[in-house]
Amino acid sequence: MNAVPRDCLPARAGLGLKPEHYSHVLEARPDIGFFEVHAENYMGAGGPPHLYLEAVAGLYPLSLHGVGLSIGAAGPLDATHLRRLRDLIDRYRPQSFSEHLAWSTHDTGFLNDLLPLPYTPETLARVSEHVDEAQQAIGRQLLLENPSTYLLFAESTIDEIDFLEAVAERTGCGLLLDVNNVMVSCVNHRLDPTAYIDRFPVERVGEIHLAGYDETVDGAGDRLLIDAHGSPVKTDVMALYELTLARTGPLPTLIEWDNDVPAFPTLHAEAVRVDALIAGQAVRRNVLKRAG
Amino acid sequence: MDFATGQHAFAQALLHADAPLPLGLTGAGGAVDAARFAVYRNNVHVGLTRALAQRFGVTERLVGAEFFAGMARAYAQDHKPSSPLIIDYGDDFPDFIAGFEPAQTLPYLPDVARLEAAWTRAYHAADAAPLAFSRLAAFTPEALATLTLKPHPSATLLRSPYPAGAIWAAHQGTELADIEAWQPETVLVVRPEMAVNVHVLPASDGLFAALLFAGGTLGAAAEAALTEEPTFDFGAALVGLLTLSAFAGIHQGDVP
Repeated sequence: MNAVPRDCLPARAGLGLKPEHYSHVLEARPDIGFFEVHAENYMGAGGPPHLYLEAVAGLYPLSLHGVGLSIGAAGPLDATHLRRLRDLIDRYRPQSFSEHLAWSTHDTGFLNDLLPLPYTPETLARVSEHVDEAQQAIGRQLLLENPSTYLLFAESTIDEIDFLEAVAERTGCGLLLDVNNVMVSCVNHRLDPTAYIDRFPVERVGEIHLAGYDETVDGAGDRLLIDAHGSPVKTDVMALYELTLARTGPLPTLIEWDNDVPAFPTLHAEAVRVDALIAGQAVRRNVLKRAG
Repeated sequence: MDFATGQHAFAQALLHADAPLPLGLTGAGGAVDAARFAVYRNNVHVGLTRALAQRFGVTERLVGAEFFAGMARAYAQDHKPSSPLIIDYGDDFPDFIAGFEPAQTLPYLPDVARLEAAWTRAYHAADAAPLAFSRLAAFTPEALATLTLKPHPSATLLRSPYPAGAIWAAHQGTELADIEAWQPETVLVVRPEMAVNVHVLPASDGLFAALLFAGGTLGAAAEAALTEEPTFDFGAALVGLLTLSAFAGIHQGDVP
């Protein structure tokens, strides 16, 4: 068993760091548990992104979140991209590094989306090799995130949670539990999100993600949720998050809002709401301990 | 179907909107619904066209959102990012615009887009101290004439038969500013520190700057500029470019 070290990011709400908020964050220094950035946005040679990230990383714990490694690709990992990641991690020494159980690179180029893969013994072996290779290259543990998906593969023989747990077991990686992705995938595939959370191997979880989804219907008129990151966390996801916290205990929790980014106070209010839930969970545990 | 074959089929179906859905997909209700696969097609498309709209904001204002979306869609269909670095995406979008038939009525459009592409490149370029005038002061006029200068890593020089810099500048505010003179411009985009600067060079300095950026010696560039424009002032032109931080150094081979 490879328990995730818990001395990394603080068990608080964190926010994505957006260029439009750089100055405000450095001047006002809002009370936020940590900031997260997409690694690929900081792979330029120089300029304002690095200047601001260095300043912010000097004031707040930092989570680095990759969106382009394509761990779920059938083909090999991009060695150049792994080197870029290693350089970025060496430079900023983030408290956490995470990536996705998805693929995005193909021989036609970078497809700029997190695409789904079947869960079979063959894909499990490939993903485990890739996670292993990535961890060797960057010299640290990564957290692997559960995906949001819109369709399934007939050839899948392994349940998603079992797949994630097996990758973690084989490679020693941790898991990133995206509660919005759980809601999106479960609604899309008519599964029970509560049952998903109940079965998830929480002892391996190093970070939680929350976000807002969009809702539409498919051609058959069935509910179709889309992982959109452009609105507040929906009520049902927040309720599922509370259930999650009751199982995991307090954990670092990122609020993702990447499109139609609002003014900072709106993001800050979301963080305050999540911080209160985390603190409430900690207190409940204390009371239970005393009672026990 | 093995993993690689299945993924290849998925990618092909993703890239061609009229292609049939790949085999082996399913959903909770049985057969997969086309609307679900369309979410992935749409994500790829929207992600790329959004990245272009962010990088080429003035170009979008010049043609309108609807026209721009069509042009970006046509580009993205055949030009996928070569790496996960979306910050580089669209480097050759200006060249695509130059060959895009419906945009031919706006001949200045590719140069405005080139300026915007240069702006983002400058924003993410390596940081470097600009070449100080004092480093050149030590050379005799004869030695100076043999030197070639290294452009600043953030710098792009754009020679346009249109007022590309003035058009770009006119679209920086919410109110459209006037373009004073419709004339060719040589534009220097450079980031000496943290702010990206866009300068329209004096007309008589354009050829001189272009030859220096192309690796010509100071002597050869000055001679060509003088031949083109007898009032060309070598000292003023060089000091002007150095003041704008156009260069970062002297090529090593030139330094005695």
